[in-house]
Amino acid sequence: MRIETPQQLTRLRKDCLARFNRHPQKIHVCCGPGCLANGAQKVSDELKKVIKKKRLKGFSVDALKETGCHGFCEQGPLVVVEPAGTFYTRVKVKDVEEIIDKTIRRKEVLERLLFTDPQTGEKIENYRDIPFYARQQRIALRNIGQISQCDIDEYIAVDGYQALAKALKKMSPQDVIDEVTTSGLRGRGGAGFPAGRKWSTCARADDSPHYVICNGDEGDPGAFMDRAIMEGDPHSVIEGMIIAAYAVGAHEGYIYVREEYPLAVVNLQKAIEQAHEYGLLGDGILSSDFSFDVHVSRGGGAFVCGESSALMKSIAGEVGEPRAKYVRSVLKGLHDKPTVLNNVESYANVPVIIDKGGKWFSAIGTKKSTGAKAFSLVGKVRNTGLIEVPMGTTLREIIYDIGGGIQNDRPFKAVQTGGPSGGCLPESKLDLPVDFDTLTEAGSMMGSGGMIVLDDHTCVVDLAKYFLAFLVDESCGKCVPCREGLYQLYGLAVAISEGRGTEADLDKMEKLSDTIVISSLCGLGKSGPNPFLSTIRYFRDEYLAHIRDKKCPAGVCRELIRYEVDPQKCDGCMACITACAQNAITGKKKEVHTIDQDACDKCGACLAVCKRDAILVL
Amino acid sequence: MVSLTINGRVVQANKGEMLLSVTRREGIDIPALCHHDAVEPFGACRLCMVEITKAEWDGWTNYVAACLYPVEDGLIVQTHSSKVNELRRTVLDLLLARCPNSPEIRQLAAEYGVTQTAYEEIPDADNCILCGLCTRVCERLGFKAISTVGRGHDKVVAPPLKEAPPDCVGCLSCAQVCPTNVIQYEDEGNKRTIWNKSFELIACKECGKQTITRDFAEALSSQRNIPEDYFELCDECHRRELSVKMGSIVSWSREAAS
Ligand SMILES: Cc1cc2nc3c(=O)[nH]c(=O)nc-3n(C[C@H](O)[C@H](O)[C@H](O)COP(=O)(O)O)c2cc1C
Ligand code: SF4
Ligand code: SF4
Ligand code: FES
Repeated sequence: MRIETPQQLTRLRKDCLARFNRHPQKIHVCCGPGCLANGAQKVSDELKKVIKKKRLKGFSVDALKETGCHGFCEQGPLVVVEPAGTFYTRVKVKDVEEIIDKTIRRKEVLERLLFTDPQTGEKIENYRDIPFYARQQRIALRNIGQISQCDIDEYIAVDGYQALAKALKKMSPQDVIDEVTTSGLRGRGGAGFPAGRKWSTCARADDSPHYVICNGDEGDPGAFMDRAIMEGDPHSVIEGMIIAAYAVGAHEGYIYVREEYPLAVVNLQKAIEQAHEYGLLGDGILSSDFSFDVHVSRGGGAFVCGESSALMKSIAGEVGEPRAKYVRSVLKGLHDKPTVLNNVESYANVPVIIDKGGKWFSAIGTKKSTGAKAFSLVGKVRNTGLIEVPMGTTLREIIYDIGGGIQNDRPFKAVQTGGPSGGCLPESKLDLPVDFDTLTEAGSMMGSGGMIVLDDHTCVVDLAKYFLAFLVDESCGKCVPCREGLYQLYGLAVAISEGRGTEADLDKMEKLSDTIVISSLCGLGKSGPNPFLSTIRYFRDEYLAHIRDKKCPAGVCRELIRYEVDPQKCDGCMACITACAQNAITGKKKEVHTIDQDACDKCGACLAVCKRDAILVL
Repeated sequence: MVSLTINGRVVQANKGEMLLSVTRREGIDIPALCHHDAVEPFGACRLCMVEITKAEWDGWTNYVAACLYPVEDGLIVQTHSSKVNELRRTVLDLLLARCPNSPEIRQLAAEYGVTQTAYEEIPDADNCILCGLCTRVCERLGFKAISTVGRGHDKVVAPPLKEAPPDCVGCLSCAQVCPTNVIQYEDEGNKRTIWNKSFELIACKECGKQTITRDFAEALSSQRNIPEDYFELCDECHRRELSVKMGSIVSWSREAAS
């Protein structure tokens, strides 16, 4: 069925909405990657089976939705009963029958499945009252968790494609660009370049054809914002791209999806098919004379493929290696033609901006970083997961209010933002508002929105080493400063972590970093030394402890620590003796054990098994 | 035409021209290991970095690779500022750690004052600096017999599957273009060996000197529509034959005229 006019779309929306709200109660099962890994599909299948079996009045399997990632992955599998917002955590197959019998049939709440606020110890029923959700403002993530993963009717029911109709019927391409410019939207993929300005340059470029590309390569380890959007709400990305294409005069587009995201590819392709059927993609969209089609392109499987020039080469079928360029890709991009490249989250914001207006959007966030930003909050924080907060929210609010603080109440040490080539910020920076410019000034960056929280058990030298190893591995190897420079920088960090470093090495590393930053060809090399630069900036003392005292204060770097048994605490239970693969621990039952330092290979197995905290790390 | 200032001197250049070609014309020596006029600029060695600014940039400067930076009107360029030299020194120092035994790298590094690398030498490295000239020249000739394999620090230049490359015609372009003379070959009698592949060398039917390989001759004649027997003569004998022909044309026309 083709939708020919905006009126038809409005009618369809009404029908869809009626169908969407037909059931007085609905069950949303989170089928995001985190919940699926914990068995969400089995829970959902069981729910369907039980619903069919019980034949409830006013309730059928249609009232069950398998949605995208709700964000609170830590607590999954998640099941939400709407409209009450009853929020069940860690749901198992054996809970299903009771959920149907009690919550659906009798509107009773199952206490034991509710979330317990770790701060107050109280059970919270409605997810909207849980601090994790209450402090968020979801714009790009607006529909995820609210609608089925891949159903255009549900997308239309929640006002989907209304912005497209508005753009095509009531706005000129320039009006669209102006609205996006007014919104102040900056690219969510890393550099924070103003989207309006990029679109405007492309629209004015003489050469043709023009292309629009969506960057769904999401290479930062641990990040999954874009994945959640592509899997959970693919239509919002597609609608954003169609609007962008209309604004810049493109008729063809590509969504470049990371190799490791097969479900995103499937869902995007399904969504593209559905949009074609409705005439929202293809020739003469909504009876206008505007035509646009979009293809899904599978990623080249390397981190650097997310870099704009490498990505465009990869789409064109060449090796995904960055190309040196002093002509920007908005002018000479894919096939050397004017190209708009934006990130998944950037596009997902566009329909809302067109719908509610650029002014509405720019009122959220800070003056220079408008709107909200999605983050994947991971590491040693209690509530890990996917969040979206207004720009300008402080790191402290994100980590403590939304994230619930540090696991096991350990002290906070640092937060790594911006992915592997981002930076590490210490406690003194916790009250910084999170926006593009503030993070950059502080020596880190927004990046695409990865946020890794670290506690006092993290050694910054070890951390720098870890990220440098990642970048050495992912450097494409084309240019000398990145290929050889990061390799040497990594080697020097290893030397320090093994107690072989000198203070002169630190100077050498700083000078080398400077050269890598200035002279590398692409952004990977240019930001490559950041793991070292940001940690040396804030944690120089910890580096010096490794160099001067040959000590790792966090007790992490193997060469600089030793394990000993605390005779006061050891009760001779022999657990560590069994655990030690090197047979380095000796002792009789109920007598204090000892560790033979020569045999010990510092694996930490004893520390992990000792129930009495009797293993000391010195 | 555009006008720019290089090291304090105003020079003219063609629009769209790369900075490196202008500095070369001006006789300014900038190291450029990954550049060759036969192929597109690549920007990999980063030795050609120069400092640029413009009057309207308010003192802000930038560092760019001259080999692929298109000249602009009003550009002010410093090719050997102390910062630029420092960048080159570090890059050369890194290359020296990678190829401590390469005479070419040693010499260039010494010109920038680096005689001993400050970094850890790479164990069992060969002298390849991964400039990509060999693979790009090979591709440019239409053969694509070799390519870079892998990424990052483990990247190497190699034929497919590291076996004798089926598409190699033994033209030696890669070996000739290599700035550090890494690519080994051997000519013995009428046999040439490169990349572990053997080729028959054609002997000139006049003077008997070896010319090019049979595979290269076949490739050239089909690529460029040259008759295959053209390669039966070496260049010198071709020239001699041509002058004989020319001579007979001249004497014929004289005869005709008289
Ligand atoms: C090494 C490297 C990796 C990158 N990876 C990604 C990525 O995975 N996703 C992304 O959106 N942008 C990535 N970028 C940034 C893109 O080059 C580009 O700036 C961005 O996609 C533009 O979209 P935006 O303006 O909407 O952010 C990467 C950049 C570099 C240098
Ligand atoms: S900076 Fe690194 S990733 Fe980028 S082109 Fe150079 S070697 Fe490749
Ligand atoms: S073999 Fe020579 S030409 Fe080829 S990449 Fe290595 S240094 Fe360059
Ligand atoms: S010659 Fe310009 S980067 Fe190598």
